[in-house]
Amino acid sequence: MSKESYIILKNNSLPVDFREIPVLEYTMFYDLVKSLLIEEFRHSVAYYALESDQKLKFICCIADDYSHEIFVFSHEADIKEHSLKSITPECLQIQNFEREIYENFGINFEGHPWLKPVRYSYHRADKSKVMDNYPFFEIESEELHEVGVGPIHAGVIEPGHFRFICNGENVLHLEIQLGYQHRGIENLFLEKENPIQRCILSESISGDTAIGHALAHAQLIESLAGITVSNRLQIERCIALELERLAVHIGDTAALCTDVAHQLGQVVCEALRTTIINTTQSWCGNRFGKGLIRPGGSYYPLNETVIKGIEKVLENTGKRFMKLTDLIYSLPSVLSRFDGIGIVTKEQNQKIGTVGMAARTTGIPRDIRSSHPFQYYQSYKVEPVLTHSGDVLARGMQRNMEARDSIKIIRELISEWKKLSDEPQKPEYNYHIKPNAFAISMVEGWRGEICHSAITDEKGEIIHYKIKDPSFHNWMALALAVRNQEISDFPICNKSFNLSYCGNDL
Amino acid sequence: MRSHGIQFVPDLKKVELTPLFRGRPEISDDITVEEINYASKICPTDAIITDEFAIDLGKCVFCKECAFALPDKIRFTNDYKIATNKRSNLIIKKGDSAVDFDDNAVRKEIKKVFKNSLKLRQVSAGGDNSCEMELNAAGNVNFDMGRYGIEFVASPRHADGIVITGPITGNMAEALQICYDAVPSPKIIILTGTDAISGGIFNDSKALNRSFLDKYPVDLYVPGNPAHPLSFINGILELIGR
Repeated sequence: MSKESYIILKNNSLPVDFREIPVLEYTMFYDLVKSLLIEEFRHSVAYYALESDQKLKFICCIADDYSHEIFVFSHEADIKEHSLKSITPECLQIQNFEREIYENFGINFEGHPWLKPVRYSYHRADKSKVMDNYPFFEIESEELHEVGVGPIHAGVIEPGHFRFICNGENVLHLEIQLGYQHRGIENLFLEKENPIQRCILSESISGDTAIGHALAHAQLIESLAGITVSNRLQIERCIALELERLAVHIGDTAALCTDVAHQLGQVVCEALRTTIINTTQSWCGNRFGKGLIRPGGSYYPLNETVIKGIEKVLENTGKRFMKLTDLIYSLPSVLSRFDGIGIVTKEQNQKIGTVGMAARTTGIPRDIRSSHPFQYYQSYKVEPVLTHSGDVLARGMQRNMEARDSIKIIRELISEWKKLSDEPQKPEYNYHIKPNAFAISMVEGWRGEICHSAITDEKGEIIHYKIKDPSFHNWMALALAVRNQEISDFPICNKSFNLSYCGNDL
Repeated sequence: MRSHGIQFVPDLKKVELTPLFRGRPEISDDITVEEINYASKICPTDAIITDEFAIDLGKCVFCKECAFALPDKIRFTNDYKIATNKRSNLIIKKGDSAVDFDDNAVRKEIKKVFKNSLKLRQVSAGGDNSCEMELNAAGNVNFDMGRYGIEFVASPRHADGIVITGPITGNMAEALQICYDAVPSPKIIILTGTDAISGGIFNDSKALNRSFLDKYPVDLYVPGNPAHPLSFINGILELIGR
């Protein structure tokens, strides 16, 4: 495939001219996706369509983890075009992207094995498709039964519907219907022109990843507007991101313990998570870090007092977390519930394009901090933490190890921060965005790869804003994990992933 | 018994949060028309009512941008007691120094029936999961609202009311209605988080359907982005008269 078939971007680099993105015939487009994705070190980070000049424009971004590059190319079709050959049978990881385009624009991807709505967006092409008539997969048999769960679940969590087909206690198949959380957030990024509004929106994409998504947005704006930020700010953002990762991993360890009735693990981890998010609160006034990340700077620069608070909590909470997890992961009663449960194999993860910590539980070194480094991770190298068994135990251990790793990273970043004498930067809201630009921004949130990308018109107005939460890839991994498991193991499988409903539903 | 542990927060009504916590705002008496207009221009959710020199906490997302722009005129205190039973009490005028709770407006049966035990069914309807996490935290070992007999339950049949988070999406409207109908009377409705109270930043999204709120009276509003567990717990304690 010739180099002219795509343009090359780096994560969070200066934008490219939107008009320079090569437009390929669909057969070439198809072949290019297929040939690029043959390599295991590449995966699709974004593939979406938008209306532009009475045409449908399809943009595809494929990331190469070795060369740290992102290949961007496109295809155009007449707006009346209704059918294209599906890439999914050849590259399964494309499945959800094609479903999304199908839902929003009515493109029928021929040969797609699972062409179903993704989230019932309000701007979907076919309004006769509603939440109530979702086409669930069915198996005719007198021996099987179905179990429906949700949208409202037993606990205080977000809504989604799970439909199990079971043979006795065993799950043959799980189908996950989402969309209940759809707030139309992507279009709000266009409708709301006040830069502060966009910041608030970015923090509300998925509240448990407020820092991750706000950072992806801030980076994207900085790319589009040509704003550079100091090392100091970059370090502070990385510290915030690692605090978020640490807090969630501890909280999810509590959740895993809850579901196997290990009360000590549950209550102590809940208390330990509190200490971390309260530290974030004493830094910026919000336990989830909302308000901390803004384009160009922050109203909450780190200072000695906050640093001391962070160091103290890492010391105390870190020690207690390590002691506790050493206990949790040596208890036979816990291990027997985690070990070998909900396995997703490396091959499956590779095929469906799993990202983030879920991918890393099968030894796939997919971590944007090292493969497409952003902020201070460009200078401070992060080695992906890997586990290998792909089961609930691996996802628990992955959290345990990543939490410890984050503690180490934060400590080292603090010592880097102490060497600097940069002045704090204030947020920049009076930015001027480059016209006719395309930019992409990726962040490794605690779940995995977050991707924001935007396109501007000739006046420098954002005309398209695309958000991808890691959950968009990983819900399929959860569906695969519970196959041939007892239905009673669904809760721990679910908690071990802890995927975002609102991040998927947008 | 002392060796069996400690109550992390002995008195939930007297906690002092970190000074930076963004709670109840205060508007200085000498704020000018120009200044309030300027603040209103900055505000991402139209929470500033210029002709009343006021901030509507039902719309405010507590980003503090107005206070950064006018540090001498608007400040956010660390007061987390901002839940109230009347929508109009969420409007903080210049000079106001507390969010009032109107005891007389509470339905009589609420205190009588729920004072010693209140079971709630939570419905997330477009919430970003931060409010949901804070509601979970309200019951954890740290805040332990269970000490007052306040708990979340799985079935609406076992519940005394619903707690709504999120701006209420069209896709969740029917499920919310079914859930509410399944709760036996007398029952209460609590809106938690700015998104639930006004739609927040999602206010004018075409994906919402907030018609549920036109049909029923709301018993408690808990502002926040997300609502802090202490705002939620203290609001309920006022409502049930504890």
